[in-house]
Amino acid sequence: MHAKISVTVNGKVYERTVEPRTLLVYFLREELSLTGTHIGCDTSSCGACTVHLDGKALKSCTMLAVQADGCQVTTIEGMAQNGEMHPLQTGFHEEHGLQCGFCTPGMIMVAADLLENNPDPSEHEIREALEGNFCRCTGYHNIVRSIQHAAKRMQTATA
Amino acid sequence: MTLIGSSVKRVEDKRFLTGKGQYTDDIKIPGMTYACFVRSPHAHAKINGVDTSRAESMPGVVKIYTGADVAELNGVPTGWQVNFINGETMKEPKHPLLVADKVKHLGDAVAMVIADSYAEAKDAVDAIVVDYEPLPAVVNPKDAAAEGAPKVHDDLPDNMCFDWQLGNEKADVDQAIANAHHVTKLEFINQRVVPNAMEPRSAIGHYEDQNEKYTLYTSTQNPHLVRLLLCAFVLGIPEHKVRVVAPDVGGGFGSKIFHYTEEALVIWASKEIGRPIKWTAERRESFLTDAHGRDHVTTAELGLDAEGNFTALRVKTHANLGAYLSTFAPAVPTYLHGTLLQGLYTTPLIHVHVDAMFTHTNAVDAYRGAGRPEATYLLERLIDTAALETGMDPVELRRKNFIDAFDGVDQPGYQTQVALQYDSGDYHKVLDRALEMVGYEEFRKEQAALDNGKLIGIGFSTYIEACGIAPSAVVGALGARAGLFESAQVRVQPTGKVSVYSGSHSHGQGHETTFAQIVADRFGIPMEDVEIVHGDSEAVAFGMGTYGSRSLAVGGSAIVKSMDKVMEKGTKIAAHLLEANPDDLEFGEGKWTVKGTDKSVGFGDVSLTAYVPHNYPEGLEPGLDFSSFYDPANFTYPFGAHVAIVEIDKETGKVTLKRFIAVDDVGNVINPMIVDGQIHGGLAQGIGQALHEGTIYSEDGQLINGTYMDYVMPRADDFPMFEIDRTVTPCPHNPLGVKGAGEAGCIGSTPAVVNAVMDALKGYGIHDVEMPVTSEKVWNVIHGNS
Repeated sequence: MHAKISVTVNGKVYERTVEPRTLLVYFLREELSLTGTHIGCDTSSCGACTVHLDGKALKSCTMLAVQADGCQVTTIEGMAQNGEMHPLQTGFHEEHGLQCGFCTPGMIMVAADLLENNPDPSEHEIREALEGNFCRCTGYHNIVRSIQHAAKRMQTATA
Repeated sequence: MTLIGSSVKRVEDKRFLTGKGQYTDDIKIPGMTYACFVRSPHAHAKINGVDTSRAESMPGVVKIYTGADVAELNGVPTGWQVNFINGETMKEPKHPLLVADKVKHLGDAVAMVIADSYAEAKDAVDAIVVDYEPLPAVVNPKDAAAEGAPKVHDDLPDNMCFDWQLGNEKADVDQAIANAHHVTKLEFINQRVVPNAMEPRSAIGHYEDQNEKYTLYTSTQNPHLVRLLLCAFVLGIPEHKVRVVAPDVGGGFGSKIFHYTEEALVIWASKEIGRPIKWTAERRESFLTDAHGRDHVTTAELGLDAEGNFTALRVKTHANLGAYLSTFAPAVPTYLHGTLLQGLYTTPLIHVHVDAMFTHTNAVDAYRGAGRPEATYLLERLIDTAALETGMDPVELRRKNFIDAFDGVDQPGYQTQVALQYDSGDYHKVLDRALEMVGYEEFRKEQAALDNGKLIGIGFSTYIEACGIAPSAVVGALGARAGLFESAQVRVQPTGKVSVYSGSHSHGQGHETTFAQIVADRFGIPMEDVEIVHGDSEAVAFGMGTYGSRSLAVGGSAIVKSMDKVMEKGTKIAAHLLEANPDDLEFGEGKWTVKGTDKSVGFGDVSLTAYVPHNYPEGLEPGLDFSSFYDPANFTYPFGAHVAIVEIDKETGKVTLKRFIAVDDVGNVINPMIVDGQIHGGLAQGIGQALHEGTIYSEDGQLINGTYMDYVMPRADDFPMFEIDRTVTPCPHNPLGVKGAGEAGCIGSTPAVVNAVMDALKGYGIHDVEMPVTSEKVWNVIHGNS
């Protein structure tokens, strides 16, 4: 009844035996103790569980762990590199893009995907990209500004 | 540079940004079990039997409890008592931890399954068979008051918890309404909304036999009160053996103020089974069991004379309390609602009558604003409607009736007709600033000239709220069963670093930053030298938690009080070290200096001397560590002016919020960035109620939209960038001069948006559209189907 899987999470290979029904988000939280990925709903609506799977943002409550076998997963814990915050993490700090912090990992992961594909999004494009992620604290105002902040910084860095 | 008034970046951010925040569900304890609940699929049903036999033998199942197992335990209590108008005590039916006989709302808990894993607990829940005999239900509070309505509690024939009134003599108000030149009347439902903190509620109970100690980790805004209620009222366990920890909490908005049944059950059962137990709500459980907000069915009438002066206000409300009384439920439609009906206006006669009703629905309690949004909604909707009906300008109508400016120092506070005394206010100023920002005259020109198949409208709301809850003696006289002070301990460590233990609890508000700013500023030390500790009953002496925009006004004032004591003692030690008279010292930039000399001693040196008291004032105790309890002298009264501009597509009825301008006066501001963030969040929730949110209960009590697939949560693309500003009218009665910012946005914004919709629709001969103002409702108005 159990399946053996191998998943690379934040650059590290994990080989585990899981129940086939285990959702990826439970695998990350319970099996690997990566609790930065949160569970905010049971209908794939809120986006608190957003991670990257092979470079694309994905709601980890909507996928089974066995489906991630052989895949590369990045979680919020893997966003800072060599002790340096990702520009989105810095942006959220500078622009007060978080309050209670619960939606924040998902927001950062979905925003990272957005900026990867659209390095200079308009305000409207940012708001559309966040459609699948709920925040109850910020009214999204400073989240939009945080992403704009990061976009600017990332463009300067690559210029 | 002073730290007060500076947008210091938050010190708590790093852990949240790196995924290292620790919410209750993130905590794992060796040997931990997982609890899941069997919840009623009916709003009202008799339980003929619960068959747990198959579930009991399923893999991983440790224990199953049903209502019969906990029948001897007390239920969860209510923290506020409101009496009937005739003086009788309100009706207070038991809210059992698990239901044995009759379920009274959808989601009422019938059994708790404890298993080795979450999945096994869920499997076993599905294997439990409950024999329900469905009964008729009532969901609307006005219907609940009708003759022959289904009974929620068998011993309460009229479903009434209490009736209540406040204000001037009813006969005088009736007379004034009857004699008014014009009466504006609105009958509406202030619909029920779901708080929806993004972190679902979670609780871990851990009993340790070796020292007979209980630890409860719980996602609460109010750890000490939970401990008090748990120990003194529900389980009768010794308070000194119970530690309640509220670790990182992912938003609350009121819904996590209260003591919930699940908290008591995991603690109680942990001792029974000898293992830790974790329960975390699924979102659908949150929808069914987190205390909801609002739900008033209201008739409101405003009398005006020929010049537009308000002559009287009469309000009748049926307030829905749900099936059981939540912790502060009785206070919300009464002392947090009726008392705000003066608004910013000089209305000489006010009467409010509330019938508080039980229904077969989930409990209703404080939700961001708690009563004040309901009061503001009815007042501000009445005023814009009165303007529409009489042809007056809504801005001018407000100005005509505004209370004049008063600072509460040279001019006295303003005594209302509904029990409160406002502390300080300058209401024209916020409105002036808002009008300047919006460009009111230009808007009216644009509106008149518009010819593109769209309608545009502008709506106003000028609100006041009562925050910083509250003077203990006052609320005690009004029925509170708790004091509403706050505590703070300021411990100066020997090296001059400072640990602050606050009874306030941060679940997004940024206390770890704002409080540290106050302390660092006062002692002249770097912010990094200050640590704010909160949310642990073992670390913090006592606390009344965070709600009602009270943390800074009450909790911050308690910190100031303790800092005063540190400075007083520090000055004595410094004077001794400097061989000077304490009166000759002045403190600044982190050191005491003998006035007019260059002789000084630093904060760190004085701290060290306090703990190494070799050369020390005679008779003075060692140490530099003080606790204080601060009981506020009055509520604080923030106020503001909100303006919404909406555009309506006539083809689809879609309402688009084009601009939102908010000018709020929250008194002095410690961290503008954090205050702005609080306003933004409040606006989104208030606008959410106006345009998107609202529960839909079917007549038989099913919550039709109890998931995120159905309940419309506001999303990022529902909002424009907010345009906000402030005026500053300090609070005259607390040492920081602060008023509170947490709820302002949510209180002011809702009527502004609906008023804007009504302004846009003013050619269609209607005076109200029920919230949430959906495309369908607006389309029906435009196409004459209302």
